[in-house]
Amino acid sequence: METITHLMEGFAVAGTPTNLAIAAIGAFLGTVIGLLPGLGPINGVAILLPIAYAMKLPPESALILLAAVYAGCEVGGRISAILINVPGDAGAVMTTMDGYPMARKGLAGPALSLSAFASFSGSMVAVVGIVLFAPLLAEWALAFGPAEYFALMVLALSCLGGLVGDSLVKAMVCVLLGLMLSTVGIDSNSGVYRYTFDLLHLADGIPFIVVVIGLFAVSELMLMLENAHSGAAPVSLSGRLMFNAQEFALAKWTMLRCSVTGFFVGVLPGAGASIASAMCYASERRMAGKDHCFGEGDPRGVAAPEAANNASAYGSLIPMLTLGVPGSGTTAVMIGALTLYNITPGPTLFQDQPVVVWGLIASLAIASVMLLAMNIPLIRVFVKFLAIPNWLLVPGVAAISLVGVYAVHGTTFDLILGTLLGGVGYLLRVMNFPMAPFILGFVLGDMMEQNLRRALSISNGELDILFSSPVSIGLWIGALAMLVGPRVAAALRSRHAGEPQPV
Amino acid sequence: MFKQSFIAVAATLAIGAAQAGAPEKPECIAPAKPGGGFDLTCKLAQGALSEGKFIDAPMRVTYMPGGIGAVAYNTVIANRPDESGTIVAFSGGSLLNLSIGKFGKYGVDDVKWLAAVGADYGAIIVRADSPYKDLKELVAALKADPTKVVFGAGGSVGSQDWLKSALVAKEAGVNYRNMRYVAFEGGGEAMTALLGGHVQAYSGDASEVAAHLKGGKVRALAILSDERLPGELASVPTAKEQGLPVAWAIIRGYYMGPKVSAEDYQWWVGTFDQMLDTPEFAKLREAQGLFPFKLTGDKLDAFVKERVKSYAGLAAEFGMIAQ
Repeated sequence: METITHLMEGFAVAGTPTNLAIAAIGAFLGTVIGLLPGLGPINGVAILLPIAYAMKLPPESALILLAAVYAGCEVGGRISAILINVPGDAGAVMTTMDGYPMARKGLAGPALSLSAFASFSGSMVAVVGIVLFAPLLAEWALAFGPAEYFALMVLALSCLGGLVGDSLVKAMVCVLLGLMLSTVGIDSNSGVYRYTFDLLHLADGIPFIVVVIGLFAVSELMLMLENAHSGAAPVSLSGRLMFNAQEFALAKWTMLRCSVTGFFVGVLPGAGASIASAMCYASERRMAGKDHCFGEGDPRGVAAPEAANNASAYGSLIPMLTLGVPGSGTTAVMIGALTLYNITPGPTLFQDQPVVVWGLIASLAIASVMLLAMNIPLIRVFVKFLAIPNWLLVPGVAAISLVGVYAVHGTTFDLILGTLLGGVGYLLRVMNFPMAPFILGFVLGDMMEQNLRRALSISNGELDILFSSPVSIGLWIGALAMLVGPRVAAALRSRHAGEPQPV
Repeated sequence: MFKQSFIAVAATLAIGAAQAGAPEKPECIAPAKPGGGFDLTCKLAQGALSEGKFIDAPMRVTYMPGGIGAVAYNTVIANRPDESGTIVAFSGGSLLNLSIGKFGKYGVDDVKWLAAVGADYGAIIVRADSPYKDLKELVAALKADPTKVVFGAGGSVGSQDWLKSALVAKEAGVNYRNMRYVAFEGGGEAMTALLGGHVQAYSGDASEVAAHLKGGKVRALAILSDERLPGELASVPTAKEQGLPVAWAIIRGYYMGPKVSAEDYQWWVGTFDQMLDTPEFAKLREAQGLFPFKLTGDKLDAFVKERVKSYAGLAAEFGMIAQ
């Protein structure tokens, strides 16, 4: 009951005309920032924070602005993923797998509207989750130590085995390449520089955005150069902007399941939207059985990652609000924002600053509704992008992305690196190697390695620590099931068919 | 980390009225990604300079991540040595890396050290239900069995955070090689691991502690400063009081390119001198959790050089010099 009273107060705070306008502006800006592959939620929040402070916005309004931008970015990232096969941010990597094929089939409108709705459902599930369970979940997040995180990463990577297109070997090669790239830079355990070749620019490792731009945008450009004279077939749009009842029926349980999974993964301070969306995509693909066209434009393949990444973004606010520790890079910046206002996030925040906390929660709900309302009519605009010939669109996106990279890091080194990676990506793509496992290996590799080493430095090298808690044992069983399950199922099926099985 | 930079921002905020000779395009380079300590240090300058009307044009904050400041250090010296409007944030961590040769070919003499605007101090923190009630008990436990106390913090082996743990272990007669230390990505992760019971002690920063102390979930065993700190931390004894001579200050400030003209440099020094004394600045600095620490111009230059030298000695003792 008390919660409901607080929530009502929160809506009263978030519902003032000023705060509504701020949420709308934030949601819109966030969508645009998320859409641009060079910029992600961290940049968006970091750019707007000083502006909000300079405008002397009260703390709750500033936080509402930042949260709306964060939410907007998670929604915006899907647009470039679907239209041009370049994920706008890390959470949208998996959206390219089916979103782009759908757009190629002329179904860009339904892909965009369905993913917007999936984002909305992820957001709403997460808001309800925050309202009901925030303090409980904070305790759950604490149970995850280095050993548990390592097991979680193993589970996420073993899910990848299921999402590969035609060849398991090719996908695994790409995962390994990603893992290898992730070891470049200063080792955050020992402080030693690895594979930096004495180049200071490599000291912090290769930035995520450079890898994405290289592998997706630059390599796309090169593929296009190759096909220039033959000319890519123009997309014939179906003309439909909204998803239909059939597509919705197919994807509704996917959305719900992925919203819940995404939320729980998001609550963990070490895991984020990219893990959530990859796990959801993979498990949905598994669950679909034989009756699916995942990888070729299945609506569920668009709904799964988008529901998961929004739910996970909102979930990452829980450790920030209840423990005072960041649940993601973006929430780290938001903690900085609160500190500027002399508000200390942490266990006492709910008591000390109810207006800020509940105003924020209510505005997340409001921003989600706004994002849905804003994105559906905008689809008409975005779909027009497809009318731009690819030879113009992709170089344009590559140029904008590179400007974004340059703006954030201010060195030409990253541009050269992105181009080199583009060359690698081109060669791989010509040979039909999938890019999504590459980028996921890259994202997960660093976290996986560091958590393994942290766990082993706690135990001084004893491997028992990896299997010492119920949580990690559960995760290991899950990973094993993901790897072995399909084979066992296949074996059982063929046994039913009466064929002898080799042991 | 970010609290320290907040202090710096506060410092900048306190500056008084704008003077003649203010640079036209003031810029603060945060040599990291957005959101970290350097970012906050820059925001402190940005806020204080414009609030006190020391500069007319608003100060831009730009980001140049890489090697805890190494990329920015090299870029400013090699490519942008004469920009009169550009200041770059640094921290005690930058000085440590400078002293152990992780900043490439350039040394401590290659930039103009402008101002230190605030400081943070090390702190040793345990969970509220920990059996260790003070630093002596922790040290005794370490002495009895170094494997029973796992330290965690937000920096790699060889970083300031690690050194704080290693200095405490040294007091217990435990070699740093036998100490169990877990490197997390930033203080937030380390605090989470402490709360979750995955590590037993956290060698963090005083500014981070105050907030968590209020929540009642952690206990600060000692502050690694010479004197007790003001405010909420006044009740926490220093390590010195408990008979352990361990102190660790992390300063926050700015430097400029080596070819900035003497007049421009003096303008900045003068401006910071004024700004750091204003009550507005003190407020901004405190908002970032930074404690007073003011050194500008030549005094800072001498301090930085002395620090880098003593860090090099420490680094040799703890086997940290990069090969």
